[in-house]
Amino acid sequence: MGVISFVLLLGGLVFYAGGSVGIIRFPDVYSRLHPAGKLDTMGLFMTMSGMALYVLSDWSISALLTALKIMLIVVFIFITSPTATHAMADAGMRAGLVHWSRK
Amino acid sequence: MIGLAKSAEWLREARIGAKLMTFGVCYATWIVLSGRFDAFHLMLGVVSSAIVSMTSSELLFPDVKYANLPRMVLRFFLYIPWLLYQVFLANLHLLYLTFHPRMKEQIDPQIVTFQSRLEGDMALLIFANSITLTPGTVTIYVSVLKKFTVHAIDDPSARALPGRMEEKIEHIFA
Repeated sequence: MGVISFVLLLGGLVFYAGGSVGIIRFPDVYSRLHPAGKLDTMGLFMTMSGMALYVLSDWSISALLTALKIMLIVVFIFITSPTATHAMADAGMRAGLVHWSRK
Repeated sequence: MIGLAKSAEWLREARIGAKLMTFGVCYATWIVLSGRFDAFHLMLGVVSSAIVSMTSSELLFPDVKYANLPRMVLRFFLYIPWLLYQVFLANLHLLYLTFHPRMKEQIDPQIVTFQSRLEGDMALLIFANSITLTPGTVTIYVSVLKKFTVHAIDDPSARALPGRMEEKIEHIFA
């Protein structure tokens, strides 16, 4: 169990790092929203599952409740993160920002 | 017979199904977050969940038919694993792009508009959020006439729209 949660935590950190690097490397606001909105969600999902598994490794009712609470964080982020991304993209569109293209 | 039809009508009118579902969701959240199983805390949960489901059931389940609500919820939970798999694929693709040395030659950002045939606010909301979470696409705007404006990071992800995701969501609300 410890090994699985270690691998999940490490994978999640890779996604988080990718998100941060992506925000710097991509050329404009719209394409920067891709790593900001997606890689963070995946990183959070993996790190939180890793933590929930670690908590569950010594089984009890209170451990189960803690794990469920941790997974609730993931549920709320899955709802709010795309919404926030959408709001930022919409704000850019309303301000008349032209998106970066290869030409 | 008439009495039965009338009570079915009344059930739909009073949104009993939606209220019961809201109560269930609220109470499950209450139990998980409180973590105490004595009578006092459980009763407190019943009272506050009841108040919330009386006053604001239309926030969680806006304008849905009473009869097919349980089936809809079941299908939604079946949709989630598929969505998670798609999210995982999307993230691997994006991670690859992020660390690609000549990333600007790989991407080809473009704005795509298309007309959705989904019905109902909830379906459109789930579709918009799913688009944002999956391969190379971010929803920018959804108009009242169900016209989607989507920013796609490269050509393949732009061509994949609206695709199978819309069919799946249509199936949930069918």
